[in-house]
Amino acid sequence: MELLEIKNLVVQYSVGRDVVQAVNGISLTVKEGATIGLVGETGAGKTTTALSVMGLVPNPPGKVKSGEILLDGEDLLKKSNKEMRKIRGKDIAMIFQDPMTSLNPVMTVGEQIMEVIQLHEKISRQDAQKKACEMLELVGIPGQRYGEYPHQFSGGMKQRVIIAIALACNPRLLIADEPTTALDVTIQAQVLDMMRRLKETYKTAMILITHDLGVVAEVCDQVAIMYAGEIVEKGTLEDIYESPRHPYTIGLFQSIPDLDVESERLNIIPGMMPDPAALPEGCNFCERCQHATEQCKKQPPVVRLSDTHEVQCFLAQDEKGGE
Amino acid sequence: MADSRNRKRKKTSQAAEIWKRLQKNRMAMAGLCTLIVILLLSLFGPLLSPYDYAAQNFTDRLMFPCASHLFGTDNFGRDILTRILVGGRYTLFITFVCITSAAIMGSALGLLAAFYPKMDNIIMRLVDILMGIPTMLMCVSIVAALGSNMKNMMIALAVTQSPEFARIMRAQVLTIKDREFMEAASSIGCSNGRIIFRHIIPNALAPIIVQYTLGAVSVILMSASLSFVGMGVQPPTPEWGLMISAGRDYLRDYWHIAIIPGLAIVVTAFALNMLGDGLRDALDPRLKQ
Repeated sequence: MELLEIKNLVVQYSVGRDVVQAVNGISLTVKEGATIGLVGETGAGKTTTALSVMGLVPNPPGKVKSGEILLDGEDLLKKSNKEMRKIRGKDIAMIFQDPMTSLNPVMTVGEQIMEVIQLHEKISRQDAQKKACEMLELVGIPGQRYGEYPHQFSGGMKQRVIIAIALACNPRLLIADEPTTALDVTIQAQVLDMMRRLKETYKTAMILITHDLGVVAEVCDQVAIMYAGEIVEKGTLEDIYESPRHPYTIGLFQSIPDLDVESERLNIIPGMMPDPAALPEGCNFCERCQHATEQCKKQPPVVRLSDTHEVQCFLAQDEKGGE
Repeated sequence: MADSRNRKRKKTSQAAEIWKRLQKNRMAMAGLCTLIVILLLSLFGPLLSPYDYAAQNFTDRLMFPCASHLFGTDNFGRDILTRILVGGRYTLFITFVCITSAAIMGSALGLLAAFYPKMDNIIMRLVDILMGIPTMLMCVSIVAALGSNMKNMMIALAVTQSPEFARIMRAQVLTIKDREFMEAASSIGCSNGRIIFRHIIPNALAPIIVQYTLGAVSVILMSASLSFVGMGVQPPTPEWGLMISAGRDYLRDYWHIAIIPGLAIVVTAFALNMLGDGLRDALDPRLKQ
């Protein structure tokens, strides 16, 4: 059963006279209870995609140009501000990147968890307070710390509080925007582990935005690789990790250092991501691609390699045609 | 039980920490104590005084401070101490009302300007115009246009004090708006009103409080000046500025008539200034070297 369906989403930012094409017609489906990893480098449009699902693309300068975002078949882009407010926090919740700044410094953590509960559920103050305490316990923070302020918590604890806020109303979709980037590695593992556990308990679907392929391998069932506002390859975890087809995906995997092989330098993908205000014609990756040919100047086709695996590249088409 | 006590001890809000830092600052505490004494004196002092502030007594006129009249008497034989105490009520009332309404008006304008970018230019240019006109000139023009009495002087003072608040509030909101918890607040479904009142204002308050105390000083001085030139409180009300004005004819021989209300103004303004400086340090410890 499909929970979220993004169809041909186009989001642009107008900066002066330039139009920055942050997201160029991406399509994505999230099944109920599934976890999809959205991977890509900085500026690939991951966060913009997430924000447009939440209906929080900063406008101006941003604008959702076209496309559909269907939650249970209902287009979120057509909903009024008021209707969206009811969905945010209740059906779709979001975890932000930096736990240090995502909490309001002048409210106690308990009040902040209570706020989302009171906004979406008609229950008394006492019950909300009790539920907030339960949520704290759930993410491994003693309920007595309900009345403490964010500055009294460590980074990992703050991220737990944020996760508690996000899960407080049992959302059906959780968007985690680089939830572990700001944390150190040991805490990262703890937080990821907890997120996975809670997700399984509550059957919450999740979009995990990250640039860390290790995190994806740990948590996700499906992966979508984004490059310059497009999804260049998507498939199940096995599809992507065992048989990556897009040159960019392959490049990403090659850039992970291998402990067994002694090498002087890391493998990098040469070049830079194109300026999103002036994208090249055809394949966005062709300037950095070793396999680029003349035909890459045209828009590459989306090639279905299997039921689950899709690649946007001429190479895959040629190989498939040649088979 | 032990549990709940433990919770109490651990709960240190920002306000509690600021109060703790403020307590360490001796100057600020001295200012605060002075202010409380002045407030209590002007509230209850007149009740204890044996004299009426407006009763004229021509046998006792122009007396220097002595045992029966601690601060002496003025040219109409009125007890200056009583008049200072009663005048304190007026001064504190004027200051409190003016600076509070200025803070509310100014902050509301600044908040709107920062929160709704479309209104920014209109509001802030208006504020610039208000700030461009010298305060005294502005007050005098407003009072001259509306008529000189206490109410109009207070309107003039509130209007001239509010631009500063608008600027501070706008700067505050602009920085707060970009912090991630604002995005987090809207991502849990908060409405704009809720975001403004629960998330922005509590975070923006610190510099507003400082400006409140420092602005109070200029309201005291301005209201005294306006009363001195006859554009504010009208006689026989014992407003401090007015008392200085009344005493200036006798300055050569009976200097205490003008000096004593002057000292009252100085002490109050000084106490407020010390408190304001202390508050600024307490609210932002990084500023203090």
